[in-house]
Amino acid sequence: MNPKAHAARTGLTRGLIEFRQMLTNASDMSFMLIMPGILLVVLYFQRNSEVEGTPLSLAVLSIPGVLGIMVAYLAMMSPAYSLAAEREDGTLLRMKALPHGMTGYVSGRVLGSVLESLVPMVLLLVPTLLLFDGVMSGGPTGWLLLPPMVLLGLLSSLPIGFIIGSLARNPRTIGGWGFLTTGGLAAISGIFFPIIMLPAWLQVLAQIFPVYWIGLGMRSIFLPDEAAAVEIGESWRTLEMLGVLGVWSIIGLALAPVVLRRMARHESGSAVEARRHEAAQRI
Amino acid sequence: MRAVSEPSASAAGPSITNDSVIDARDLRMRYGTVDVLRGVDFTVRCGEVLVMLGPNGAGKTTTIEILEGFRMRSAGDVTVLGSDPATAGEDWRARFGVVLQSWRDHGKWRVHELLHHLGRYYAPYATPDRQRPIPTDELIERVGLTGHERKKISALSGGQRRRLDVAVGLVGRPELLILDEPTAGFDPHARREFHDLIHRLSDLEDTTILLTTHDLDEADKLADRVLILAGGRIVADGSPDALARQVSGQAEVRWSVNGQRHVHATTEATPFVRQLFEQHGDRVTDLEVRRASLEDTYITMVQRHESGDAEQAVAEFTGRTDHRQGGS
Repeated sequence: MNPKAHAARTGLTRGLIEFRQMLTNASDMSFMLIMPGILLVVLYFQRNSEVEGTPLSLAVLSIPGVLGIMVAYLAMMSPAYSLAAEREDGTLLRMKALPHGMTGYVSGRVLGSVLESLVPMVLLLVPTLLLFDGVMSGGPTGWLLLPPMVLLGLLSSLPIGFIIGSLARNPRTIGGWGFLTTGGLAAISGIFFPIIMLPAWLQVLAQIFPVYWIGLGMRSIFLPDEAAAVEIGESWRTLEMLGVLGVWSIIGLALAPVVLRRMARHESGSAVEARRHEAAQRI
Repeated sequence: MRAVSEPSASAAGPSITNDSVIDARDLRMRYGTVDVLRGVDFTVRCGEVLVMLGPNGAGKTTTIEILEGFRMRSAGDVTVLGSDPATAGEDWRARFGVVLQSWRDHGKWRVHELLHHLGRYYAPYATPDRQRPIPTDELIERVGLTGHERKKISALSGGQRRRLDVAVGLVGRPELLILDEPTAGFDPHARREFHDLIHRLSDLEDTTILLTTHDLDEADKLADRVLILAGGRIVADGSPDALARQVSGQAEVRWSVNGQRHVHATTEATPFVRQLFEQHGDRVTDLEVRRASLEDTYITMVQRHESGDAEQAVAEFTGRTDHRQGGS
């Protein structure tokens, strides 16, 4: 039995246990429901606003982008917040004291964050299919392409989440800054209106981050090809999308283990104790 | 057993031949310009219960964290279970347990669920004579959490939570258990139960135990050997009794005659008391002969250290303890 592989597998059961705890925890679940709930209400009010030149409502045009930002937001925030919170409360140190405990912790966290990201997406997608017509123009091919697209979105965002969580001083910074940055990115990433309506410099800025590209990829799967007319270059730019998200994934996957190891090395009883005092003073 | 008396041991590299579990030689730690540890030498032998005492800021936690491999030392040689904690791998971790001061981690987990999960990391390290992990039910019973298996950890009382911390430290059936102030915040009952647990561990499993405490009474009850750390140095090293005798050979005699209280310090308690009876007969009441305690040693040592007399104090103590331990 290879101890490291054994620890990684044990970590997966950890991810499942924590996911089950989340599903059976009322406050966690109500938090999970808030985002899809609000978005559904917004989409519902857009159901009758026709978009010029297309047979589709604004709601149907927005859904893929909304799913895209959910992938990006949740996949970044979930590990970032968990990591910062679990470093503060001593979970990480407890895992570090076990043989290959950090391996188990990370594999559990990855699985947990993937599952946590998928739940609100499903909670949004299923009702939209019932409420709106023509959500998926891509047909069976579209449904087949959706899982790999979501996976690529997760892959490009999760490592960034781990890096943010390792660098953050405490979970409260993540809440504030995380919300501001993702909110800002959401506003400029062409989710509720075409990105070509924005000034050129904002378009360039948005295209640096994965959020826009995940949304674009989602639109290319859900929407009919004519809808590409309002995108940059009047195209879905599938190759560019794969390229940018691929680069983000590679950078993230290369950096995240280094940053994580560095952070874990500095964990000790007195470090946890110091943070505990700091947090106690805040309360 | 000390570095000064066995200079050859450190030169020959890790000296695990004489069944030492922990071996620290000239351990030093410096944060910026502050020296927290200034040349700490000690050995913990297999099966021993070693208690480290010292005022706040003496370097206890730093020492413990260096031994656990959670902190890098500035200088010196350290061997824990045959490896240097700074470079030892994950497999080394499987051989010892750490009892952490928990706060609120794993609050949503249930007692049995968490212990079972944490135990699984030790499964690859089981050997025929050391089954790893300890079966969860047995472990729960041993630390006295029976009946709370299904409880959420956030719902445990402070004392139950600390017992869980001990269980986590024990789950891998460690050869060495390290505890940093394990009984901080315990009520007297919980403290007594904890002491019983440590005695059982030390007796039955032959687990070597290193713990720090502020509680001198606790050190007196648990320790085979006590280290007193002050100002980043070990200022005393010996069994609680030996240390108490060394600091003062004197005993304190208290008595009353005709309702009047008397106190007298003497090195010869027996002749003094005999003389007392010869003089006053049955009028002597409330007679009490008190030997110097570990507390007296501790206070004296720390005071000497704080008054800048550390060098002399160290020399005096280690000289005597070496002599005493020469035959062991």
